[in-house]
Amino acid sequence: MSVIKEFTKGIVKENPVFVMALGLCPVLAVSSSVENAIGMGAAATFVLVFSNIFISLIKGFIPSKIRIPSYIVVIASFVTIVDMVMEAYVPALHKNLGLFIPLIVVNCIILGRAEAFAGKNNLIRSIFDGIGMGLGFTLALIVIASIREVLGAGQFLGFNVLPVTFKPMLVAILAPGAFLVMGLLMGLMNLKKK
Amino acid sequence: MSDVYAVSAAPHIKQNISISSVMWQVVLALTPALLVGIFFFGIQSFLLTLYGVVAAVATEALIQKLRKVPVTISDGSAVVTGILVAFNINSAAPWWLPVIGSVFAIAIGKQIFGGLGFNIFNPALLGRAFLVASWPTLMTAGWKSTSPMALFKSSINGLVNLPSNVPAVVTSATPLGVVKALRDTTQVSADMAETVMNNLASMDTLQNLFWGNIGGVIGEVSAAALLLGAAYLAWKHIIEWRIPISYIATVLVLTYIFGGINGLFSASIMLPFFHIFSGGLILGAFFMATDMVTSPVTKKGRIIFGMGCGILTVVIRLVGGYPEGVSYSILLMNITVPLIDRYTIPRIFGEVRK
Repeated sequence: MSVIKEFTKGIVKENPVFVMALGLCPVLAVSSSVENAIGMGAAATFVLVFSNIFISLIKGFIPSKIRIPSYIVVIASFVTIVDMVMEAYVPALHKNLGLFIPLIVVNCIILGRAEAFAGKNNLIRSIFDGIGMGLGFTLALIVIASIREVLGAGQFLGFNVLPVTFKPMLVAILAPGAFLVMGLLMGLMNLKKK
Repeated sequence: MSDVYAVSAAPHIKQNISISSVMWQVVLALTPALLVGIFFFGIQSFLLTLYGVVAAVATEALIQKLRKVPVTISDGSAVVTGILVAFNINSAAPWWLPVIGSVFAIAIGKQIFGGLGFNIFNPALLGRAFLVASWPTLMTAGWKSTSPMALFKSSINGLVNLPSNVPAVVTSATPLGVVKALRDTTQVSADMAETVMNNLASMDTLQNLFWGNIGGVIGEVSAAALLLGAAYLAWKHIIEWRIPISYIATVLVLTYIFGGINGLFSASIMLPFFHIFSGGLILGAFFMATDMVTSPVTKKGRIIFGMGCGILTVVIRLVGGYPEGVSYSILLMNITVPLIDRYTIPRIFGEVRK
């Protein structure tokens, strides 16, 4: 399998959200606005890429019995970096995402890629896998968040995009809206695959 | 499909009953309530109902075309859903509200599960829940009433030494909204609120509630018209008494015990009847909780279902955040239907009791 393929598979064919249904907790929770979605996607992608790099580098030294705790330690270190950097430079976004930044530690996508990919593949392929998966996660978040923000608030990235006569469909930015939009998009993806 | 599943022992009595005959009779039974809605709220309520029905039927046809299954809009089930969605809407609502509600009810509430017979929830109530979550102000404010203050006058008349702020407390225009405001208020003493509430549940008010001379959504206001339709359906054996009766009886008993503001049994004897005839209870109990697809098939199960709806309705009305809880209680009980059916399977004739 070529390196390019490792990169592109995460975007559509093995999209972590729509196909593998991983990491749904942050997807549902922070996709109420595009800004949050981009922030969450970027943070998760950073952690994913660097944890993939380090895990593929040290995989030879980790006894297989304690590999999961070791992966978690690596992931948690990068999450702590992201958490502190975001708090320092984008405090507003950090406040919006709140608890969901530390929770990246237990995001199934990251641990899943560490266990299923980086722990078994070389450095270059793990980097491309991490970028591809991170991009797929971010794109999925942005798509869901765009629909929810436009319908639920009449805005896109905070700018009004619909006429003032539009009455926002509040449910779209509430929790049920997250499930509805994600479910419908998953259904469409499955329909297309058939 | 019924041919395939008719596996009981002979002899069989074949009845001339079909989905479409049932559904069109339900439409007929809902007509009196619609006429009362038009009488009290004007032609606008007829137009809103029409939009709801057209949207429901069009959505059903479109999705069935896309799914490449037979288009069954002539069976009337989409018409019933459209009417019921519109019945849950304020007559002052914009035209697109019933349209979106019906589209959601049919597309997400029904067709996505596989069409009629496969839906878990009552589609019309799902449409209503979607609308309330999306546009709460359009769905729950700005009530139109033919005699907006009549209710409050009758409740306030004859009270001596009434603080001047009491009328301000009771200015919301649905009867249950008034009760909610009285229960939640801190501006008047509990005794005063209790007195106002008991005066509210007077014979005068009950008459207005019965005939429909109150604020509310298009289809819920007149208990008389709804009961007329329900009686027709019961006579035709389309709805069965267990769900509505157990539902209403539960509300009656629980509001008598817990309805008062000053503790147990403190409410006047009229208050339970006030609770029965106000809000969407009659509409919900006879036309929505009895939906054949989303209610239990066993007799015991239907009574459990009705009682569950009643308990949830009273809990929402008395301690919940909304003045009215019929739609949510039926939706919540819809979820439990498979479980209820599983635990109430009747003993086979001749089977030994364990």
